[in-house]
Amino acid sequence: MPKIVVQIDHCKGCGLCIDACPQQCIEEDSEVLNKLGYHPAKYKGQGCTGCGFCFYTCPEPDAIIVYKKDEEAK
Amino acid sequence: MAKDILRKPGGFMDTFVYKPGQDKGNTHYCPGCGHGILHKLIAEALVDLGVVDRTIMVSPVGCSVFVYYYFATGNIQVAHGRAPAVATGLKRSNPDSIVISYQGDGDLAAIGGNNILHAANRGENITVFFVNNAIYGMTGGQMAPTTLLGQKTMTSPYGRKIENEGYPMKVVELLSTLSAPAYLERTSLDDSKNIAKTRKAVRKAIQCQIDGKGFSLVEVLSMCPSQWKTTPVESKKWIKERMIPYYPLGVKKDVIEERAGYFPPKIDIDDESIKEMLGLKKEKLFRDRAMSDVPEKYRNPQIKIAGFGGQGVLLLGQTLAEAGMRHGWNVSWIPSYGPEMRGGTANCQVNISEGPIGSPVVDFPTILVALNKPSLDKFEETVQPGGVVFYNTSMIDRKPKRNDIEAIGLPFSDIADELGSLKFANMVVVGAVLEKTKLIDMDIVKDALKEVIHNKKFVETNIVAIDRGAKAV
Repeated sequence: MPKIVVQIDHCKGCGLCIDACPQQCIEEDSEVLNKLGYHPAKYKGQGCTGCGFCFYTCPEPDAIIVYKKDEEAK
Repeated sequence: MAKDILRKPGGFMDTFVYKPGQDKGNTHYCPGCGHGILHKLIAEALVDLGVVDRTIMVSPVGCSVFVYYYFATGNIQVAHGRAPAVATGLKRSNPDSIVISYQGDGDLAAIGGNNILHAANRGENITVFFVNNAIYGMTGGQMAPTTLLGQKTMTSPYGRKIENEGYPMKVVELLSTLSAPAYLERTSLDDSKNIAKTRKAVRKAIQCQIDGKGFSLVEVLSMCPSQWKTTPVESKKWIKERMIPYYPLGVKKDVIEERAGYFPPKIDIDDESIKEMLGLKKEKLFRDRAMSDVPEKYRNPQIKIAGFGGQGVLLLGQTLAEAGMRHGWNVSWIPSYGPEMRGGTANCQVNISEGPIGSPVVDFPTILVALNKPSLDKFEETVQPGGVVFYNTSMIDRKPKRNDIEAIGLPFSDIADELGSLKFANMVVVGAVLEKTKLIDMDIVKDALKEVIHNKKFVETNIVAIDRGAKAV
């Protein structure tokens, strides 16, 4: 299955990926306060199609990694 | 290009080693800032186009001043608004490089307005990414040329008004009236579709430069949540609802397909081609000479030649410099004019040196030539102890006051008058100086005259003047 990984200490919690995700499968992780002092984004664990919208709307170089290997991604 | 994994593109440095502080992995930008989005698109494009190693990013002044922290390219940070001018120089001197000017709206549209206009009008083969967020971000949210009507900023607290501040500037439309630019487009970062279009435009603009098609610029409508005082998500909506209606998206000019690529011819610089450029061809008289052949006190002279304008002061200096070069030495020559219109001095400063010359300026000469009294009055005190002063007794009714310098007074103007014209006084000086100092061989300086005197019929008479000067010492 396609998935995303949020590298939490690179996330500034701006929420742009949450807004951009067509599947609404990203949320704010209110449980975690990262090293930068933000609640980072969190993948809900399912629903990702590997579209990459979150990656391209994320202003941080290293905050989101998208794995879209799965055939279902197309 | 389909990729299985999307992650930090290789156009970025692995760690941001130039960034101060402990956090070398994240940008300095505020959460939700559009700069980071555009950085990522550029970094990805540079890798995919295979040009990371030959790209030079030009960082502006503004929030994006630290572009050089992030990109694994050549980097230079320049004065406010001058990125297109510096990019011009970089590109012209390194035609194989890909030069990208990254600028915000304060930098490009305000203080750098004339720079971008002329770089575009010259059709420089550079790529400009112009981030328009309608505000001065870094300095605290002041009004920019691109600030929208009614938009409240620190310096337009009641909202921008046409009567006070005029209309927001549409940069790509303005530039599209010029003939030279190859590709101009406005895009936006407000949603995924527009980010995808921006990604495409970034690639097209860089490819335009790679193909030698000329000037390309992409204006990117971008968010500044901090200074707009909105959340990042609200700021996307603000772009869509407020900015795009005034700044319509789309390609404003695209003549890439109509153009043949232009690649400037390569210039190979070697010793021979430098001599060719300087007009130092083989048929001229050259003779390498060791400075140790010159009497010790006259070696590596720093020369100041001063007089009224019209006395041939500058030509005198050029003759000595040209001749010194023919002995294989380093030389420099610079003219210097005072602010005085009459009664003042014009002078030139000449260095002749076996070693490198650090500065062409001669504040403290070892040889002073004073052709009139104001020159002697002004520069006598500056002569280095043990130096020599040649002064024109035809026009100077006193001797130098100092006794730690060598003073040689000769009636240069009177001798020139005898030869038929006061204008020969400078060559009489050349003869006297060289006879006294043995700095340059006479045959060399006479051959050098052919180079510095443009009207060839005067060469012979000037040679006579040099001989007369030599005899007079």
